[in-house]
Amino acid sequence: MSTGTTKLDVVVSDVVPVNELVTRFHFRRRDGQLLPTFSGGAHVVVEMRDGERTRLNPYSLMGSPLDTREYTISVRRDDVGRGGSLFMHRHVRPGMEMVISYPVNLFSLDLRARKHLMLAGGIGITPFMAQTAQLAAEGGNFELHYTCRTASLGTYADVLKDRYDRRVRLYHDDRDERIELDRLLSSQPLGTHLYVCGPSGMIGWVRDRAAALGWPTETVHFEHFAAPQPGAPFDVTLAVSGKTIRVGEQQSLLEAIEAAGVDPPYLCRGGVCGQCETNVIAHDGKFIHNDHWLSEEEHRCGKKIMPCVSRFEGRSLVLER
Amino acid sequence: MAAKSIISRPVYGTLSPQPGKHHLFVADAEGALAITDLAAKAPDGFFADAHIIFIPGNDSKHVAALEALKPAQFYQGPSFASALPRLKQTLANAHMGLHLYLAGTEGLIGQAMQAALEAGIDHTSIQTEHRGSLARRIQCVHCKGITENVTTQPATCSHCGLLLLVRDHYSRRLAAFQGVCINAEDRSEIPPTEEIFR
Repeated sequence: MSTGTTKLDVVVSDVVPVNELVTRFHFRRRDGQLLPTFSGGAHVVVEMRDGERTRLNPYSLMGSPLDTREYTISVRRDDVGRGGSLFMHRHVRPGMEMVISYPVNLFSLDLRARKHLMLAGGIGITPFMAQTAQLAAEGGNFELHYTCRTASLGTYADVLKDRYDRRVRLYHDDRDERIELDRLLSSQPLGTHLYVCGPSGMIGWVRDRAAALGWPTETVHFEHFAAPQPGAPFDVTLAVSGKTIRVGEQQSLLEAIEAAGVDPPYLCRGGVCGQCETNVIAHDGKFIHNDHWLSEEEHRCGKKIMPCVSRFEGRSLVLER
Repeated sequence: MAAKSIISRPVYGTLSPQPGKHHLFVADAEGALAITDLAAKAPDGFFADAHIIFIPGNDSKHVAALEALKPAQFYQGPSFASALPRLKQTLANAHMGLHLYLAGTEGLIGQAMQAALEAGIDHTSIQTEHRGSLARRIQCVHCKGITENVTTQPATCSHCGLLLLVRDHYSRRLAAFQGVCINAEDRSEIPPTEEIFR
């Protein structure tokens, strides 16, 4: 059993198409009990049993944290991804029994903030659905700026406008509407915290501008799940368990380790939480680090790897697993 | 520079110019030297967005050096208490992008930080540099009274008169070190007094 990933037996209680790319899934406990409490920004890891293959993908909980009768996630279909979102869209139906992890929050609100400034891009809106519900219920001060490609792809834009009116500002790429980021960041009262979730380019842009404009790093929060990138297959020796495994092109190193029956700890499966950090015993080749956990120094020195998102190219790799 | 003894004991650094739109300095006495040292490392035009609140103390020997930096605003006051309304007003009207720099005695750094925390600034994003006196501001844990400028160990509570052991245990919320009765078992036992926080 992996750290913090106690499992929940759930049943799919509803499947709702939201727009041409996004579908919402509702889960309830099979035993009829309430689900565990969570806070806005939390995610669950959904187990997808697809024939021989098991996929474990993290999705933000988007329902109100005040209602734990069900959990809801919204999944954007990615036709060129690794297949998790396609599995959800094509195979998951109401009544299906599934297993999900307990919720884990790596993108929580800092409730000491005087004001919460939220920036969402595309499907990055989902954690903010839960966070705004949480803040609205306790009279919290927030403002949400949401960019989407077109109005029809502005997932939940109408719901948010309806709920929060002028606290939500929408920007449509096809109408050339852009966040005036510098002005927005410079006009926030002292004690504001900034939250950003969206494509990695947007996260990088917002973090860079915030730093340049003098926002302390502890006031800038970002959700940066990187899906594992495919790559050339490579072989790995697991020294502790005495196994040699092959990591397939579409498989992550963590998935390959799990498929070999070794169970390393994990939480986010997206290179941010640090749980699956693994020591490298020996290597002859080049690491492809894709995580946001290890420092640049650690990336350079070749003694650690985050198997959830990072890969390897070269002759041999021996890990302490 | 004070050594770290227990986890709450504040540790101070060296002021350095931070990126940001506005720079607010609060300093007393020799704290001015930390600001002039920072100025030597600061980019051109840095003080055009700066506001300095300075408590010179007994003499005004550092005032001219600070004025020579040509900050956008310069204020000098007779005591921290008299400058506090100005500091609070400045923080209340400030925006994100303001950086706070505190330099001088522990009492000044602690009390200015207390005002900043109330305004929503995280203590980890405040630049601090200790200069000058090691005198402490302490709170008597028995009567809750605050005694300023404590230089001795033990010290007498200026409110209830108990003889207090001055601990390194520090409260950011109160901006004070903790003072605990040193002879609670037998009040006639009077340990020798040493001046150690000069």
